Amino acid sequence: MAGTSDPARPRWMAGVMPYKEMGYWKPDYVPEDSDIIAAFRITPQDGVEPEEAAAAVAGESSTATWTVVWTDRLTAHDNYQAKAYKVIPVPNSSPPSWIAYIAYKHDLFEEGSIANLTSSIIGNVFGFKALKALRLEDMHIPREYIKTFQGPPHGIITEREMVNKYGRPLLGATTKPKLGLSPRNYGRVVYEALRGGLDFVKDDENINSQNFNRWRDRYLYCMEAVHRAEEVTGETKGHYLNVTAATMEDMYERAEFAKELGSVIIMIDLTIGFTAMTSMSHWARANGLILHLHRAGYATYARQKNHGVNFRVLSKWCRLLGVDHIHSGTVVGKLEGDPNAIQGYYNTLREDKVPANAVQGIYFDQDWAHMPGVMPVASGGIHAGQMHQLLHYLGEDVVLQFGGGTIGHPMGVAAGATANRVAVEAMIQARNEGRDYYKEGPDILKKAAKTCSPLASALEVWGDITFDFESTDVPDVLELPTPVS
Amino acid sequence: MPTGLKITQGTFSYLPDLSEDEIRAQIQYGIDNGWAVAIEYTDDPHPRNSYWDMWGMPMFDLEDAAGGMHEVTRCREAFPNQYIKVSLYNPKLTKQTIALQFIVNRPNHEPGFRLVRQEGADRTIRYTMEPYAASQPHGDRYAD
Repeated sequence: MAGTSDPARPRWMAGVMPYKEMGYWKPDYVPEDSDIIAAFRITPQDGVEPEEAAAAVAGESSTATWTVVWTDRLTAHDNYQAKAYKVIPVPNSSPPSWIAYIAYKHDLFEEGSIANLTSSIIGNVFGFKALKALRLEDMHIPREYIKTFQGPPHGIITEREMVNKYGRPLLGATTKPKLGLSPRNYGRVVYEALRGGLDFVKDDENINSQNFNRWRDRYLYCMEAVHRAEEVTGETKGHYLNVTAATMEDMYERAEFAKELGSVIIMIDLTIGFTAMTSMSHWARANGLILHLHRAGYATYARQKNHGVNFRVLSKWCRLLGVDHIHSGTVVGKLEGDPNAIQGYYNTLREDKVPANAVQGIYFDQDWAHMPGVMPVASGGIHAGQMHQLLHYLGEDVVLQFGGGTIGHPMGVAAGATANRVAVEAMIQARNEGRDYYKEGPDILKKAAKTCSPLASALEVWGDITFDFESTDVPDVLELPTPVS
Repeated sequence: MPTGLKITQGTFSYLPDLSEDEIRAQIQYGIDNGWAVAIEYTDDPHPRNSYWDMWGMPMFDLEDAAGGMHEVTRCREAFPNQYIKVSLYNPKLTKQTIALQFIVNRPNHEPGFRLVRQEGADRTIRYTMEPYAASQPHGDRYAD
């Protein structure tokens, strides 16, 4: 950090002075209800005191530049300056790090624009030389700002009413192999999985419109599969048609075609960016299609504990800008995720009032002002034999996606789908009957398998498969003082 | 033994048909959660038929599943060869929708659906689905 402390120095003298002394460190500040508050994990360079590092983050993410500017005096700068008001050391951190609480007036951010919000909060500041690392752990979003966003095009309640499915997790699968299948073969997988008992099948994040599988042909075959499966089950079915493309014009064209063919759902990837996601959210609201988000790329900045953006913050941004589904972790599957942290993400996405919870890594009380919830999607390395654990950790407002666990079934794709459907129905039935389904789960599944040979076969192949690795990011848990909002 | 194509709407359609005790247990679960119990029947099982006929009004104040079972039985007696479902409805703020729904009665023979393809330009197809039974007037459907 540049500038040395000099109490005698006038505030507006040209030159460099510590951020702390420019008004970005205010330990007495009491946040107002309408403030946006961010909790950053800061790791200062050696010799930089945490208060100054926190003030620098506040400064660079709001009004400041590296030197004093007289033009600040043309503004009500006290209002526009973000205020770091608290730093708390993270116990046993090496190199030493702190949680810095910074409050922002909501005037600082354009209404309804995650692009604008993030340009401030995770803009220049993440490249700051005076910090070794910086991570945005959580944000409190005030009602005033929430109300400027559309939110999910439909939300959990409306989605369930649209597809006429209640009281159990929805079931999906991602078509595999995710690249290489011709459109016609691809549609075969979709049909088999849906007729066997899944509610949804999904394009994977990286199937867009490659030379072996152009989007228009894929959509035609997939929608044939969806309608055939509806015919033989009498249920509403869906396939997430991925409309991710190079330009907005391409995406709109694909989404319009999906609508024309009668699809209930389309899909986008996180890689398209916040503004494109928001545009597709508005399109989905206007056209009555469910919007599925695949969080492709999120782990590049969400996974490491010391630097980046925690997924719970990304969850909030996505609920605000508005998606109906978002991949949020499985607990028991093949992909990264601490169970407590994942429950925190799920609560953040689904609930209306989410209390601060140190165990789940939630720093602030969050009131969503009745904005509809987002359906979390659990995908990656899960199978029917884990149904009791999935229901226990993830609850019933979730899409469980069994890709390998459906398509890799020894008796075929449809049998794999049936195994998953029977497993989930049996587990819900047992839970509702008041049984200790978490403990008795394996027995409940074994009993259900007596009248369902596909489930018996699934349990035989995958019953013992677990992915037991230590998570790279665990909440600091009770070592942090009670969080304040 | 029922024949035809088993429609798999509802939460428990992939399990063997629920026994009386099993239906009662599910209704009691809903009552314990503060949910209303509603019974509906239809002879048009199209998946987008949102409005099955109501067997009376939803029961908001039940304390015991016996009252719900009584109405299930009466509805079955009145419409033994139609679809009947039980819905448990959650009126709580931010929920306000069905929390659980399952079929408790089916026709002896389920003829299923006809998929109609309207072929358009550039291989585009518009699909329409019709229950075979719906080609008959109300009253004549599921006659056997």
